[in-house]
Amino acid sequence: MAKKKFVVGCFDDEEVLFPAVKKVRRAGYKLHDIYTPFAVHGLDHAMGLRETSIHTAGFIYGITGTTTALSCISWILTKDWPLNIGGKPHFALPAWIPITFELTVMFAAVGMVLTFCYLCQLAPFVKKHHFHARATDDLFVMVIECTEKTNTDDLKAFLTNSGAIETDLQIAEADWWVGSYDKDEMPFEGKKEIAA
Amino acid sequence: MHLKYESQLREPLVNGNKDYHQVTEDILRPIEAKPSKLWYIGFYIAVCLLMFGVYSVYREVTYGIGQWNLNKTIGWGWDITNFVWWVGIGHAGTLISAVLLLFRQGWRTGVNRAAEAMTIFAVMCAGQFPIFHMGRVWMAFFVMPYPNSRGPLWVNFNSPLLWDVFAISTYFTVSLLFWYSGLLPDFASIRDRAKTKLRQKLYGTAAFGWTGSTKHWQRHESLSLVLAGLSTPLVLSVHTIVSFDFATSVIPGWHTTIFPPYFVAGAIFSGFAMVQSLLLIVRKVFGLEDYITLGHIEAMNKVIVLTGSVVGIAYLTELFMGWYSQNKYEGYTFWYSRAYLFSPYGWSYWGMMTCNVLSPQIFWFRKMRRNVYVTFFMSIIVNVGMWFERFVIIVTSLYRDYLPSSWSVYYSPSTWEIGFYLGTFGLFFTCFFLFAKYFPVIAVAEIKYVLKTTGDNYKEKMGHLERVSSEVFAHSGHGHTTVDNHAAG
Repeated sequence: MAKKKFVVGCFDDEEVLFPAVKKVRRAGYKLHDIYTPFAVHGLDHAMGLRETSIHTAGFIYGITGTTTALSCISWILTKDWPLNIGGKPHFALPAWIPITFELTVMFAAVGMVLTFCYLCQLAPFVKKHHFHARATDDLFVMVIECTEKTNTDDLKAFLTNSGAIETDLQIAEADWWVGSYDKDEMPFEGKKEIAA
Repeated sequence: MHLKYESQLREPLVNGNKDYHQVTEDILRPIEAKPSKLWYIGFYIAVCLLMFGVYSVYREVTYGIGQWNLNKTIGWGWDITNFVWWVGIGHAGTLISAVLLLFRQGWRTGVNRAAEAMTIFAVMCAGQFPIFHMGRVWMAFFVMPYPNSRGPLWVNFNSPLLWDVFAISTYFTVSLLFWYSGLLPDFASIRDRAKTKLRQKLYGTAAFGWTGSTKHWQRHESLSLVLAGLSTPLVLSVHTIVSFDFATSVIPGWHTTIFPPYFVAGAIFSGFAMVQSLLLIVRKVFGLEDYITLGHIEAMNKVIVLTGSVVGIAYLTELFMGWYSQNKYEGYTFWYSRAYLFSPYGWSYWGMMTCNVLSPQIFWFRKMRRNVYVTFFMSIIVNVGMWFERFVIIVTSLYRDYLPSSWSVYYSPSTWEIGFYLGTFGLFFTCFFLFAKYFPVIAVAEIKYVLKTTGDNYKEKMGHLERVSSEVFAHSGHGHTTVDNHAAG
């Protein structure tokens, strides 16, 4: 991973942010990300992000749970150790529905949360660069990745014109690293060239 | 740009003149301040109760189940009563966080975090009872199906008691995941405003490196929605399965087909009462009256009077069936052991009737629903009543069975049985006090999301929209912004 150059524009109102996103995209700048204190609905569409398919993953985990439960229980109660419970049938599907349902939910929920953490690269001790400390408080922080050709002063002025209350130029690691907020362990140290 | 427009007729969910920063301040400040004296006193009492509970459990584990006053006829007593009571309390949290999310009820945002925490702690407390009731608690892992050297001898997948193992453990896991995924953004807020190194380090670790990236929020929203969709049938299944513990047996008083809906309604009823007790204290102590408004309290009281009445109808249906079935054992259980005031446990039945069915009817009056003191008093009464309900179901059905020679002597709990129950109160409140001090008790990010549509000051500003004609409103851009954004994408 490498450090990159970013221009950061902070907005304090989502009503100003939306037209700004439109303008930035029309001007052809490369939107790195927008950091918001809460889920701003419609912002993902405005940025041109594709729909997440995490729910599809959830469905797959769910049916995995269903098949796990049904195959295990049926094998156990009909093949491995068929218990005679009051002469009732060994293959007692209605009685297995509760556990099958619970395992479906369990697999879907655990799988989805793990997938979510993996996709977003979230884990304890994971550190990421924070472009603005108030991005988790009250600011909508738009981050634009610079190329060699980007005139950063122009871009800053452009953002200010679009309604940003604060602009900034930052050279930062775009990926995550490991650390515990008083100690950094940079696994990418040594490859410290600027890709801009 | 109003992503969602809300009518002026609806009560604001956030009172006072707030902006995003003020919301963060209001909710996170108690975490950063030193706890009050009252907090310490409460916490110490909770820890003392917990210690007493630990000692009671130690007696039970060391000397055996004989430390409790259970006998051959009343094999389930306080322990299972308490188990069902705690599990039921947990249900309100999931109902608020999941069911109300699916129904798009905005008022859930003020109360969901604390209610979910309550769910998790209540399920932790509930789990203790069946585990220690096993007697040889060190063999508790036998309930798990795993290849073993005893045959392998598997667990009985056809037994409701095993369904319970799966239901409760799934319920606990899913609630915990749902709760924690919602906490990530709020932990990140605390981290980013931390003044001390230690706080930054601890909350930074807890926040998993959350940044608030739009893509992450998009996945987060999708995750919450699917988890809510999963939790909704889950919460219904959990108490249904708990009721199967009773309903699949052939004991008069238990062998009833209305048990699942009746138990689920009762669970929601007691859970909402517990949420009320806790939140009324939390909003007072932390000064969160602007976020947990009288509107929130009123909404929950409406749920209480509804579910209380559902439970009341279930009681009456049982009595009716006790007569209509013309089964003398059923009739004896319902009309003598329960409904006859001067039978040995008649007091518990009428205690239940008074607390659960009669007294919540006070909430038909708006004035009462919006009265904090009445609500607090009623929330305690309802929980006492719901404890009686479980006691009635379990003990009055068991103490006189088909064979008069095995009829039980009067059952009253031993000190260690009561101590175990008090201990779970200790566990619950120890956890809750720690939660209230170190966790954001209200979902900050979710409040911010609804702030501009339901906040007091923002609603006022939108008031003029109600007076313009629909033609003007449609062309003013309101409600069409999301469409524009699609076009931009």
